Amino acid sequence: MRSAFIEELVALAAVHDNIALIVGDLGFGVIEPFADRFPDRFFNAGVAEQNMASMAAGMASEGYHVFTYSIANFPTFRCAEQIRNDIAYHGLPVTTVAVGAGLAYGSLGYSHHAVQDYALMRAMPGMMIAAPGDPLEVRACLRWLVANPGPSYLRLGKSGDPRFHDAVPDIEPGKWLTLRDGDRILLSTGAALGAALARAQSSHQGFGVCSLPLWGMATKASQLDQASTAQTVIAMEDHLADGGFGSWLWEAVSADPAIAARISSIALSDTVCGQVGSQAALNAIGGLTCTQ
Amino acid sequence: MVARADASHIGSALSITDIVAVLYSGALRVDPAEPRMPGRDRFILSKGHACVAIYAALAETGFFPRELLKSYGTDQSPLMAHISHKVPGAEFSAGALGHGLSFGTGKALAAARRGFDWRTVVLMSDGEMAEGSNWEAMMFAAHHRLDRLTAIIDYNKLQSLGTVADTLGLEPLAAKLTAFGWTVREVDGHDHAALATVLSPTRWEAGKPQALIAHTTKGKGVGFMENRVEWHYKSPNPEQLAEALAGLAENGDA
Repeated sequence: MRSAFIEELVALAAVHDNIALIVGDLGFGVIEPFADRFPDRFFNAGVAEQNMASMAAGMASEGYHVFTYSIANFPTFRCAEQIRNDIAYHGLPVTTVAVGAGLAYGSLGYSHHAVQDYALMRAMPGMMIAAPGDPLEVRACLRWLVANPGPSYLRLGKSGDPRFHDAVPDIEPGKWLTLRDGDRILLSTGAALGAALARAQSSHQGFGVCSLPLWGMATKASQLDQASTAQTVIAMEDHLADGGFGSWLWEAVSADPAIAARISSIALSDTVCGQVGSQAALNAIGGLTCTQ
Repeated sequence: MVARADASHIGSALSITDIVAVLYSGALRVDPAEPRMPGRDRFILSKGHACVAIYAALAETGFFPRELLKSYGTDQSPLMAHISHKVPGAEFSAGALGHGLSFGTGKALAAARRGFDWRTVVLMSDGEMAEGSNWEAMMFAAHHRLDRLTAIIDYNKLQSLGTVADTLGLEPLAAKLTAFGWTVREVDGHDHAALATVLSPTRWEAGKPQALIAHTTKGKGVGFMENRVEWHYKSPNPEQLAEALAGLAENGDA
């Protein structure tokens, strides 16, 4: 997802001269194509995420669409208040980009496990969460975010993520993308898409698979109609169950108890917190993927 | 305003009133008829709790009707009790400390990259200098030579529970700011002529952001409020308000 991100961002920045990229001293081997081509719009804020986020807001208030880039929890939790007050409350076009979301940096330990970020970001009014499921959804998300500038959070996996679409899909906020048809649905967000497709061939045979790459507080209203067309919806996420995507979906449909009763979730258990290992191993320990 | 709203922070507002008066009587390039004028100077109040001083200045200079001041701090008033960007003439909502300088640094960076000459002026408190984000911004602004950025530090030497010196001492403040790559001046923050000179648009030193340490008195102008921590919290009762206004009138400041 990282290379799709930077390729697409460079392509968009060639057209939109207000796109700027600020990195928090991370991105070696990733961000150079942007830095080399647009040196006037590239900044390294240093290891200083609070200043990075507020400064991005300041630039955005002067007409830039700023992308801040760092890994795991650094561009979110470290500067949560700056995102809340300076970016989201002011309604400014800053896209916070986190790479290595979920357990992609599994071996690096708890500091690098981004498994509570949805809980943080979805609590902010006006914040659009972009959680693509594969590199083609990354491109689709970026195109949407640039066409609709505002406070947003782009949650990326790592390099070498598999592709699940044939072409860049058309996406809209709150709208489920169908990858496999079915009356019962595994509805995935972010990098859990691979796990959802795998479950549809193992523990959940016969299930359809949908991906929801754009969501947030503002898109809740569109969920009930979509959920009502399925017999069962299982939300899937590489994030703790608490405050995550499944919680969001359940809240979104809870006005109709009959529909809400069809919703359940497969998310990470907190038993994964503090454990160390490969992403695959930790996703299995956390209960996202099947262990057979 | 503060008494009517039964609000706090009058001491913090009086501390910066002279600075704000100088800024809005000519030092800042702003136009009440066009609050979003592209070439305006950007003024950011980082110590958002002192917003009454700004609201008064904005009303006095015609950004909005003076009548609106009466709504300060009341239900659903646009004039909330921390500075709000929804008020004409206010650039940024603050309230949490340690945000304004970073936000202003972003504005100054945008201006520098696009070749604009307008200034960004950030007014900060002394207590908020304990926020690490400010020192992150200091490093960034100096590294990128943002010499149209000015930070004014309202150094009244009192913070929430006592003196700055007894809380987390800032001294040697000027030396610290200088070491961070800023050009530093100190001024009596109640001396209008000195403030007007130092806050003129002329750069102090090419290539360096500017830090103005303004030595001030918390609660300035109201004898029973000056240098008293409790006026960070208390709201004057009618008798105290009358006494304060009478005192200011006697000194020609009302």
